[in-house]
Amino acid sequence: MAAIDKVRIIVVGDSGVGKSSLTHLICQHQPISNPSWTIGCSVDVKLHEYKEGTPYQKTYFIELWDIGGSHSHRNTRSVFYNPTHGIILVHDLTNRKSQQNLQKWLGEILNRDSGCKSRYSSFDDFDPEQFVGSTQIPILVIGTKLDLVEQVRCHSQQRSSTIAEECGADEIFLDCQQIRSLAAGSSSAVKLSRFFDKVIERRYHSRDRISPFSDKRRSAVASLSPKFYHAD
Amino acid sequence: MGFIEDTLVILITQVFFFAGGWVFFVKKLFRDYEVHHRLVQLIFSITFSLSCTMFELIIFEILRVLDSSSRYFHWNVGLYMMLFMVIVVIPFYIGYFILSNIRFVKQQVIRPLTVMIWLVYIYIFWKLGDPFPILSPKQGILSIEQGISRIGVIGVTVMALLSGFGAVNYPYTSMAYFMRPVTPADVQAIEKRLLQTMDMIVVKKKRIALVKKGALNNGSGDGQGRSGIWGMLRNVTTSVGKSSSENVWQLKQEVAGLEELSRQLFLEAHDTHNMQERLIWASTWQGKYFNFLGYFFSLYCMWKIFISTINIVFDRVGKKDPVTRGMEIAVHWIGINIDVTFWSQHISFFLVGCIVVTSIRGLLLTLTKFFYAISSSKSSNIIVLVLAQIMGMYFVSSVLLMRMNMPAEYRIIITQVLGELQFNFYHRWFDVIFLVSALSSIGFLYLARKQAPGEGV
Repeated sequence: MAAIDKVRIIVVGDSGVGKSSLTHLICQHQPISNPSWTIGCSVDVKLHEYKEGTPYQKTYFIELWDIGGSHSHRNTRSVFYNPTHGIILVHDLTNRKSQQNLQKWLGEILNRDSGCKSRYSSFDDFDPEQFVGSTQIPILVIGTKLDLVEQVRCHSQQRSSTIAEECGADEIFLDCQQIRSLAAGSSSAVKLSRFFDKVIERRYHSRDRISPFSDKRRSAVASLSPKFYHAD
Repeated sequence: MGFIEDTLVILITQVFFFAGGWVFFVKKLFRDYEVHHRLVQLIFSITFSLSCTMFELIIFEILRVLDSSSRYFHWNVGLYMMLFMVIVVIPFYIGYFILSNIRFVKQQVIRPLTVMIWLVYIYIFWKLGDPFPILSPKQGILSIEQGISRIGVIGVTVMALLSGFGAVNYPYTSMAYFMRPVTPADVQAIEKRLLQTMDMIVVKKKRIALVKKGALNNGSGDGQGRSGIWGMLRNVTTSVGKSSSENVWQLKQEVAGLEELSRQLFLEAHDTHNMQERLIWASTWQGKYFNFLGYFFSLYCMWKIFISTINIVFDRVGKKDPVTRGMEIAVHWIGINIDVTFWSQHISFFLVGCIVVTSIRGLLLTLTKFFYAISSSKSSNIIVLVLAQIMGMYFVSSVLLMRMNMPAEYRIIITQVLGELQFNFYHRWFDVIFLVSALSSIGFLYLARKQAPGEGV
């Protein structure tokens, strides 16, 4: 077991959006039976095949740290943020405010990373592009409760959220109560697997070669301002 | 001023209060939620606006603004509407939203079921009046007194509970005497323990994942692609499989224990962080000011408990309001020569104004804290409606109790409008519940402090 490397991904989002259901679905391939409010942090692990189907295939452990989103625990949960190799931002498709709050979540993680203990103050001048550019932690945005969206909105189109556009991150919409949301071969499963590969690559293989991260980003997000890029 | 202008003035102020309630709802209460039902927001804002109108009419009464006949008319209108909201509308919608949330109730059954539940509620509400001596027996059934008397009981209970708890909690949180010293080393020690526990959980989960993967490989290697019960039975026969399934069960038990421990450690770390923040706050100017006030408040709290006990034991009812009594003391004992009527009006206005503002602000803050603590995205609508109900009842009863704080000439309007209620009963009831609440808060805080880790009380 000591031979298998690991990467650490934190799963954050507002309280009640479905982070625990999501981690349980990803790691156990089963919908969770009776979710309760997460106090603190709950960890789950998954064995992931990096570069599956190629001769470079290798097994890695992915640790998903599902951090409770309750507002009052804000001052204590920063202990879980370091070190992290990937971030999954979760929002609830039936609640637009949870999507807008993802900005604050990124800001909270950034403040912890830079070591300053300013409480909740400077996320107005916080620029997610700058954050992603400077730290280059891969981000994935997931919208949950897809099955409830039709009940709540008259139009069922899902516009991709602004935070995903700003960070150039992938976005998945799914229903955590259905196993087939992440069935092998579905687009959500492919995006998830691609994200895990990106995290592993960032962590273990970026020192060997120039990261293709910057080229991919520049082509994919041509609409962002040119001030975006910093030196590595 | 004529009746039309008076009505216009009242309507304009009501629109302001409505807007205030709306903004409060959007900015503070539903800060993290999207509003799916505008109706809930509407009900909350209307209740808030009606409550503020009642307070406004009291203040107009003291300042003698507007005609007394139009004041009386608006009192009655406002009161009837408030009763309609609190007794009919809000409970109906609470029942409706609760039923909508339950998954196995069908769509077409919801409305008739809600009506039935509302009828049950009305029956219980009616029966609430029986054990209390709140009405003189000569009232009709649909009179305003029937509704107000019962609402008054519930509202006074809520008021006394909140006052009792607040009077005890405020000195406890703001006085430095009660704060435990916490060093950054303590914080780091607990965080380190927490992270160590999390690491142990991760190690065990990795072992479970590997065992499961190994079992899967064994199962598929035998040509049977099935996991689950057949795989388990097959594994029982092989020695490796047997030990691995037992191992998994044992590992899961250990993981469950460790997870519980991690939750406890997290809560401990959270308490320590809170205490650290409080210590930092106590050294600021605001903290020092609150600490100073805390001493006065603890004295006030002890005096209030003492007075309530005396009132209950000796069956004493205060006849004079503090304004008139203050006047008497000033004139007779200290000998200041003042124009009693003039000053009485201004001082009552000041006193009543203070009470109104602090009670509105205090209630809204408490409701917000409460809402953040217990709401989730599914139950947010129901909880807001319950809070609107409590708010309506609270404000009606504070009007009722405020009667005691005003000089006799201003009490008339309240007595006229609210009817023939046994006001003394409500004051006695307030004293009883205040005493119970304050004493149990003291007991509760004492126990909580004793159980706090690293503390020898």
